[in-house]
Amino acid sequence: MTHDIKTGASLYSFQEEYFLRKLSLEEIIATSARIGARGIETLAEQMMPGFPDLPDEFYAEWHRWMAKYGTTPTAHDMFLDTKRYPDRLLTDEEMIASVQRDIRHAERLGARVIRVIVNTPPHIIEATADYARDRGVILAVEVHAPWSFEDPWIQAHLAVADRKGLDAVGIIPDMGIFTRRLPRVVWQRALRDGATPRFVEQIVDAYDAKKSTAHLFDSIEMLGGNRADLGLAWQAEHTIDLDPHQLVDFAKYIVHIHGKFYEMTDDGVEYSIPYDEIVAALKEAGYRGYISSEYEGNRHIQDAFEVDSVEQVRRQQEMLRRYIDGE
Amino acid sequence: MFDKYLIVAGSAHDVVEDGAVVGFAFSVRIGYYRGLGISMVEPFDVVVDGEATDPATHRFTVSGRTFDYAGMATRPDVVWEMRDDAVITVLRPGGLGPGEHELELTEHLRVSYLPFVAAHHDRKTIRIDPAA
Repeated sequence: MTHDIKTGASLYSFQEEYFLRKLSLEEIIATSARIGARGIETLAEQMMPGFPDLPDEFYAEWHRWMAKYGTTPTAHDMFLDTKRYPDRLLTDEEMIASVQRDIRHAERLGARVIRVIVNTPPHIIEATADYARDRGVILAVEVHAPWSFEDPWIQAHLAVADRKGLDAVGIIPDMGIFTRRLPRVVWQRALRDGATPRFVEQIVDAYDAKKSTAHLFDSIEMLGGNRADLGLAWQAEHTIDLDPHQLVDFAKYIVHIHGKFYEMTDDGVEYSIPYDEIVAALKEAGYRGYISSEYEGNRHIQDAFEVDSVEQVRRQQEMLRRYIDGE
Repeated sequence: MFDKYLIVAGSAHDVVEDGAVVGFAFSVRIGYYRGLGISMVEPFDVVVDGEATDPATHRFTVSGRTFDYAGMATRPDVVWEMRDDAVITVLRPGGLGPGEHELELTEHLRVSYLPFVAAHHDRKTIRIDPAA
């Protein structure tokens, strides 16, 4: 099937450099473009201080940057702070107002897609879908581990898409749902944090050999595992390894892809996620849209190593293009 | 996340008001990948030289505005941005006094999509200079 797979980056990938004040928002956009990621996905609450009350001048500058660096806004990642107050959850009216605020922001950025955070209730998407469609924006819930396509929560979101139309509601699969091996950076960090080598070996083996991880936390706890052991066991329980071919099965709902990754090796592959199979599935599905690099290795190595998000994203972009342009 | 950066190195000092040392203060970064309204920032654990400080003596300053915990709880509109240095002041007559101290900080952030309150921890040896 003909496809049109483009690559971009979520600026989430560069959070380390932003946090440490090494790069500004403009410098990050310029850097992303330079390494081949010209579709730009953003988190307003990360790199756009002042959100939701950004001045007109911010949006004007944003569009000047897009023109200057040859970049295209792809997605706005929204959050729904249901626990905004200590003593109560948000009401439906407050949740709807919050989502509508994000829709207006995405429209002003010129982003076609909103990444809907996974805790957003389906009935809130149902209530805001028309508002989004009227503004040329698609609400797309993120399918993120430990949720899978078949999970009742995700199925309820897909039912909203069926009722409201695929021009207003879709999904963004996060490629972390295809984690075939437990990320090396995760268990190496656990060891630095004091995890017990034999427990680490058992946990990694249970995950990688596709043995049951359902009761790992309880097992390791009963065996006397320490805090770092239990943290790793919890991670293994919440990491999943679906078949990338599911991207074909659910293709009609997919409007954007989160190219989650933990570690691009010196050999130019992702250590834990089979991107060759993922890109092959997207080609088979005739996917037309962006794969947005989402680097999440920094949090696992920042205790001991200098983080180089730019090099990590550059390597992933190179790998993605290799698979997209290849057979 | 960002745990080793939470206590801003070199920022701790005793606080002098009207000629008297009324407490100590230090700058603090958010251990999260985005900013949060301060109504979602729960009371900090501040431990000095092994001794927990009383939350009632804590004040939190962000964007030049200072709050106690009750005041923070109602202000989702005041955002602790990802790049902000906020300041925690602990009211304590006499402050810490000059010299080295062990400072431990735990942040508790109420992130809505997590089933638990996220905790982030940092520990640093700080040096208090004699109050000016």
